[in-house]
Amino acid sequence: MATDVSTGNEIPQPESFSFDEESNQAIEKIVARYPAGKQASAVIPLLYIVQRQMKRQTGSAWVPTKGMDAVAERLGMAPIRVYEVATFYFMFNTRPIGKIHLQVCGTTPCWLRGSEEVFKACKDAAHVPGYGQTSADGLFTLTEVECLGGCVNAPILQVDDDYYEDLDYESTVRLIEALKRGERPAPGSVIGRQTSAPVGGPLTLIDVPGE
Amino acid sequence: MALSDKDRIFTNLYGLHDWRLPAAQRRGAWDGTKGFIEKGRDWIIEEVKNSGLRGRGGAGFPTGLKWSFMPKQSDGRPHYLVVNSDESEPGTCKDRDILRHDPHTLVEGCLIAGVAMGAHAGYIYVRGEYYNEHLVLQAAIDEAYAAGLLGKDACGSGWDFDLYVHRGAGAYICGEETALIESLEGKKGMPRLKPPFPAAVGLYGAPTTVNNVETIAVVPTILRRGAAWFAGFGRPKNSGTKIFCIQGHVNKPCNVEEEMSIPLRELIEKHAGGVRGGWDNLLAVIPGGSSTPMIPKSVCDDVLMDFDALREHRTGLGTAGVIVMDRSTDLIKAIARLSAFYKHESCGQCTPCREGMGWVKRMMDRMVEGRAEVAEIDVLEQVTRQIEGHTICALADGGVWPVQGLIRHFRPMMEERIAAYKARKGSPIPTLPMAAE
Repeated sequence: MATDVSTGNEIPQPESFSFDEESNQAIEKIVARYPAGKQASAVIPLLYIVQRQMKRQTGSAWVPTKGMDAVAERLGMAPIRVYEVATFYFMFNTRPIGKIHLQVCGTTPCWLRGSEEVFKACKDAAHVPGYGQTSADGLFTLTEVECLGGCVNAPILQVDDDYYEDLDYESTVRLIEALKRGERPAPGSVIGRQTSAPVGGPLTLIDVPGE
Repeated sequence: MALSDKDRIFTNLYGLHDWRLPAAQRRGAWDGTKGFIEKGRDWIIEEVKNSGLRGRGGAGFPTGLKWSFMPKQSDGRPHYLVVNSDESEPGTCKDRDILRHDPHTLVEGCLIAGVAMGAHAGYIYVRGEYYNEHLVLQAAIDEAYAAGLLGKDACGSGWDFDLYVHRGAGAYICGEETALIESLEGKKGMPRLKPPFPAAVGLYGAPTTVNNVETIAVVPTILRRGAAWFAGFGRPKNSGTKIFCIQGHVNKPCNVEEEMSIPLRELIEKHAGGVRGGWDNLLAVIPGGSSTPMIPKSVCDDVLMDFDALREHRTGLGTAGVIVMDRSTDLIKAIARLSAFYKHESCGQCTPCREGMGWVKRMMDRMVEGRAEVAEIDVLEQVTRQIEGHTICALADGGVWPVQGLIRHFRPMMEERIAAYKARKGSPIPTLPMAAE
């Protein structure tokens, strides 16, 4: 039984895990991308599939030990090789998380543009005491992540798979209130910027041949 | 001289237009690809060499030369192209725009690069967080297959080429080429010792070349418009156009494709609306992503944005992520946050990095408070020299360079912080000479 290193508590593991139909179809496509005998390459994609299936089935996107075992069996790998990968890469949650994963980028480019305000707004509006924790209602888990690679739209909050950009305290609170109502606002810049173009509209690419 | 729109390669950088195949073709993608392939690998490599293209992922290695390291004849092993789209260097978000807005520049580039290195298969390793971006890229690849541009007899050229997308899962170290290969093989992303270099023993033990997204994506346009056209931008040995990511304390952060060797000040003022509070409010700039040491305003006043000019100032162009910091910035804290980043991202394989990144981070945390002795600034500097160059890969180098840059240019700021702490609280609690806590 795995233990949560941050709390020392045992992580409640499901008794079994097996891939459902949707997962099996995806696995078939993925394994075909790699040469014969090199199916271990599919370990990261398959761990994602476990995480997504857990999300579908339990509402929490995480990878239980039984899920890692299922990946090992499917790919003909020793289970320890899968455990190594699952714990090395940051995007696999090895313990249950809330229904919605709030991931605040705290690296310097976002910090310079106010990521601490985004963090504060998440704590206040989602009622999560701090990083690595989940709100009492189980709705939100808050994680500090390293550079998300959207630096010209800093600060950024990643909600599950989507980036919300150009945030400040108020807009983050508004976003979280919408999430609480079950809405998913359109991802991207919350101040209406055209992606990575400067505020007020592009200064280049005005005259593009073929357009 | 500024770049004009007709000379921009990434004509849909901002996603104003459709990224799909018919629209990309209207903008010039996939035009004449078959003809380039028929001219053969030697011609392609020669053109790329003549264009002066240097790798856009940070190291700036000449691309044509890198491709020429691949074996001319296969010894029975397949050859692989691997595209590094694990864009994770703090301050860098250029490949993201290529993936989501101009994916066909990359897909076409992969086919051409594959021919140039004798590869019939390519893998694009996209960072895990770019979930939506990887969906666009996969859709672009699917379109290319459906149109006969990829797969068997790609573009009707007689060359078979398969292209696959592979998502990572949130590890900065996988941007290092051999760690990326390990990750692609299904292992932890721990860099390999070199030699052997990937061109000899790479993915699955076969000859492999790893290139950055932007490097590959500019190649089709270089071939269409000629090596001389590309070489005509920027200073000699620094040629071409480049996507810059201008961010931090500027009025209008943005990505923009500009000519290499553009003055930093012009880049910031023309495209990013200038420094917040005016140019004189500038304190320092990290010019090429987090691993490159910062430069103070006095250097920023007239430095050119290219490999060689920045190298003269003991920093680098890196990935061209320009992080601007004005006078309100706590520079020590800005760098301490980067130290935390490198500690978090160290793979743990080499002792100087595994132990050193944590030590440097804890030391920097004390420097933020000023809870240190002035002599410890020297200790910090010396330890960074012990870490640098003593590890398998360059993560630790990139982790200590920002600290060295801070000490080089802003040591008085650190001393003031220490003096202020002493004035407030008396001498810090004595610490063992080498302990960081």
